Amino acid sequence: MTSAIETAARVRAGEGRAADVLEEHLARIAAHESEVHAFNLVLVEQARAAAAAVDEAVAAGRDPGRLAGVPVALKDNLCTRGIPTTCSSRILDGWKPPYDATVVRRLVDAGAVIVGKTNLDEFAMGSSTENSAFGPTRNPHDLGRVPGGSSGGSAAAVAAGFAALGLGSDTGGSIRQPASLCGVVGAKPTYGLVSRYGLVAFASSLDQIGPFGLDVADAALLLDVIAGPDSLDSTCMPDPPVQASSRLGAGVDGLRVGVVEELASAEGLTPPVGICLREAAEALAAAGAKVDEVSVPATVYGLSAYYLIAPAEASSNLARYDGVRYGKRIVPSPDADLTEMYLATRSEGFGAEVKRRIMLGTYALSAGYYDAYYGQAQRVRTLILRDFEAAYRDFDVLLAPTAPGSAFPLGEKTADPLLMYLNDVCTVPSNLAGHPAVSVPFGTDHAGLPLGVQVLAPALGEAVMFQVAAALEAAAPAPPVPAMRRMGGPA
Amino acid sequence: MSTVDRDRPNPSTDPAWEIVIGLEVHCELRTATKLFCGCRNSFGEEPNTSVCPVCLGLPGSLPVLNRTAVDYAMRIGTALHCRVQPSQFHRKNYFYPDMPKDYQISQYDVPINADGWLDLPDGGRIGIIRAHLEEDTGKTTHVGGGGRIHDAAHSLVDYNRAGVPLVEIVSAPDIRSAEEARAYVDELRAILVATGASDGKMEEGSLRVDANVSVRPAGSTDFGTRCEIKNMNSLRSLGRAIEYEAARQMALISEGGTVAQETRHWDEGGGRTGSMRSKEEAYDYRYFPEPDLVPLEPSEDWVAAVATSLPRLPADRRAAVAEASGLPAGSDAVATVVRLGLDHLVDAVVSAAGPPDAPSVAVRRLANEVAADPEAAASLDPASFARLVGMEAGGALTAAQARTVLKAIMDRGGEPEAIASELGFEAMDVSDLEAVVEEIISAHPDEWSRFEAGEDKLTGFFIGKVKAATDGKADLKAASSILRNRR
Amino acid sequence: MTAMSRRITTEGRISAKEVAHVARLARLRLTDEELERFAEQLGAVLEHARDVEQLDTAGVPPTAHPLPLVNVLRDDAVVPCLDRDEVLAQAPEVEDDRFRVPRILGEAP
Repeated sequence: MTSAIETAARVRAGEGRAADVLEEHLARIAAHESEVHAFNLVLVEQARAAAAAVDEAVAAGRDPGRLAGVPVALKDNLCTRGIPTTCSSRILDGWKPPYDATVVRRLVDAGAVIVGKTNLDEFAMGSSTENSAFGPTRNPHDLGRVPGGSSGGSAAAVAAGFAALGLGSDTGGSIRQPASLCGVVGAKPTYGLVSRYGLVAFASSLDQIGPFGLDVADAALLLDVIAGPDSLDSTCMPDPPVQASSRLGAGVDGLRVGVVEELASAEGLTPPVGICLREAAEALAAAGAKVDEVSVPATVYGLSAYYLIAPAEASSNLARYDGVRYGKRIVPSPDADLTEMYLATRSEGFGAEVKRRIMLGTYALSAGYYDAYYGQAQRVRTLILRDFEAAYRDFDVLLAPTAPGSAFPLGEKTADPLLMYLNDVCTVPSNLAGHPAVSVPFGTDHAGLPLGVQVLAPALGEAVMFQVAAALEAAAPAPPVPAMRRMGGPA
Repeated sequence: MSTVDRDRPNPSTDPAWEIVIGLEVHCELRTATKLFCGCRNSFGEEPNTSVCPVCLGLPGSLPVLNRTAVDYAMRIGTALHCRVQPSQFHRKNYFYPDMPKDYQISQYDVPINADGWLDLPDGGRIGIIRAHLEEDTGKTTHVGGGGRIHDAAHSLVDYNRAGVPLVEIVSAPDIRSAEEARAYVDELRAILVATGASDGKMEEGSLRVDANVSVRPAGSTDFGTRCEIKNMNSLRSLGRAIEYEAARQMALISEGGTVAQETRHWDEGGGRTGSMRSKEEAYDYRYFPEPDLVPLEPSEDWVAAVATSLPRLPADRRAAVAEASGLPAGSDAVATVVRLGLDHLVDAVVSAAGPPDAPSVAVRRLANEVAADPEAAASLDPASFARLVGMEAGGALTAAQARTVLKAIMDRGGEPEAIASELGFEAMDVSDLEAVVEEIISAHPDEWSRFEAGEDKLTGFFIGKVKAATDGKADLKAASSILRNRR
Repeated sequence: MTAMSRRITTEGRISAKEVAHVARLARLRLTDEELERFAEQLGAVLEHARDVEQLDTAGVPPTAHPLPLVNVLRDDAVVPCLDRDEVLAQAPEVEDDRFRVPRILGEAP
């Protein structure tokens, strides 16, 4: 596979056609999508039209954009005008948004070719993409295992070579954890760097859209394309965006890297994860970075705080799915009243995990518990921010595991929600702090399944974060490549 | 013996009870667009034509706050003497089909305006607890069952109004009668219109009033259990609903019952309040900070600019008219002049620097003749009015003549001097008047003797004769002083 | 709440009755089996959250938002609305250009 950067360069130079690039990816989809189930919807005709438009632009001497002809997979919680946007939930049955998400507009403007809408845990709630109303996505490295989640469809699509790039959303690790499990690069940007307009909300104060790529440079480029101010999102920063790609080749000589003690020894981590983290730290030290351990004490409370805040916001964000204006409506009997319609629609329209989180969040916000749960979690958030700030006085970036282990077998953790939630233990602190973090493939477990390590940076520290990620990538052992991705590649 | 019906004590007159009222007024702001999106904010459009992803609450949409709505809210707060403070938005969570997101974006523990007051024309002062920003809901129409919710077969929702900016003004429980409640709303409406933030139209729902009503034994300082009354569409129904509800509570307590804290619905046709309780349990709104919006912290400069840009408010204008005319600020005449926006005509009289009592004469004319014809009042030329008032106050025209001339000016325009002369209202010379008085004295020697002896009530007799002898042209004040001097 | 300590604790598990109450607030109808299971699972999550619940956060302000932004405002300028046919095409049921809903049993709160 060529990188997205190379593809765009060739298409822009007229050395390759967007249509050919697309067909190559569509061929892989045709061959393997039925095994992987990365997509809820493959947009064959629309993608062909978009690719043709890029080729016409090149032929006419117009600039087709920075992502000219690059096939991109969109998580199916990003609104696409006139195209079903399901969030992998039955409750959005038949809904076609009348508008495009801001990131979708930016992709199209940059000449990207959107190949399809990818599967996710329903409303992005989960860590395995098993909580989808349309069935699970499978890991291209091992079809018996999960791709991680909730952006498992986009991660798998990129790993399988169905698309060169993917967009996901990350509320508590939903980009980084599947990136780690699928052996690709995935980043959660600083909160407010990328507009959330058109991202179906899970937990509004934590959600961020971010990129997947096969390598660090591709992911950084995709972030640079989608980042920037948006008058439609009050929580999007008004300043010109940081350039994630600006220091990719700069090395790490003299940079201070802190390995977060609390995350390196977090609850439930498997031994290979610790080994990879240590090797990654050593590799950076060998490349000239000053590596040391650092304590960020409040991160140990991250998971608990996250599982109070995110469900609370979700319980409110998901109230609107009530069968009145769009999506599914279930009227249980001909003379049912409004409340009965609400109950039937929501009880049948939502899956078990979504209901569980709505319940948890409603409880955490309800009278008598607000201070103990939601209010307290927001105070913990302050403590986490303070501890990160202290750490960044001594370090440029921090290093931590991404996920507690490699891809796990389908069904292994579905019976125990708490066990599933532990997947997020190393990723949620960045969401609570609003800081950026990227997962980079680094090594494998005993079975040869990919593992990732996380580079964390302070707010708007994307440039140095990707700088270190690129150095890690350069030092990493060659990552495993799923067989299906090797198929049909360019000569 | 009291004639009050046992079941329906008259709350306005029963001295054993006191009514305690707090009002919540929802005021729609006159912005061009909605609070969080660029959809038109206008009344009476075709259903569901002024909607977008944001105000329909579509998945993925996000709110962005309207600067003008904030400015209007600050104008209202400033006009109500509130502290304008940093604030944030909260979500108020409850399910209802007129609310597209099934939560309302409102303000909770830190409203934009807090702790102010409103002065009533009669001098009373009502505390303002808060005046906060929030979004309006859509409009539900009930189909079948005579359009009443409980009997309807189904309902229809139009979201044009969803997301229209509202300021909710919450008064302290300082109001003590239905009449005072009406006066409060009337004054509040005048203030809202004066700030430019609202059109004040109750009939179009731009102004909606809910009342918290409780009763307590006279002299008590504890509050009784209150009921919130909704659905009053006019000042008249506000007054009726309060009277009804207070009477209901008094009767209930008198019979040994207790008032349940609940929301009650005013039924205009039936003239009663009814419980709105459904089988739903008590609401739990689960307020939490709205994560899609950032805090609002108006700069000192912005707050100051709002304060300096406010026009003079009704209370200040009443004070000004009172000072100019020497009439009490709480008098009906002064209140009427200000309510109808006629105080510029008083200003014109003051500027004309006529006789000292010209401004008070002006207020009387404005509160009576001019107020009776508001349309003509709007086109009344201030200079002409000032000259007319000067003529009356200076004795050139009698009160009756001045009224006639004023009516003529209002009907067809023209200069007061020309109209007076056309009507033959020539001012009578003082020596001519003295001659008339002498004639009358000669013709009524008996009455004159009694008057000379101190029978003051005969003044009226002689003035009446002067009036008749002069066809009403005489300055009667001057005539009575001639009589007194002659005695 | 101005107490010196913010140490607030709740009693261990969440009862099936509480779960039922919360389900009503959230407009979810749960089977008895779901009630039972959710009570147990929510209890486990809340048990895990005990560390947070018991943390002394006296004097620590809450962070509702990681961003330092304030006063994000737009001009009061009209933007074209959606086409009504497009809006109503998404509705489960329409009558007289309005969204039709089953009978409502209570007034808005």
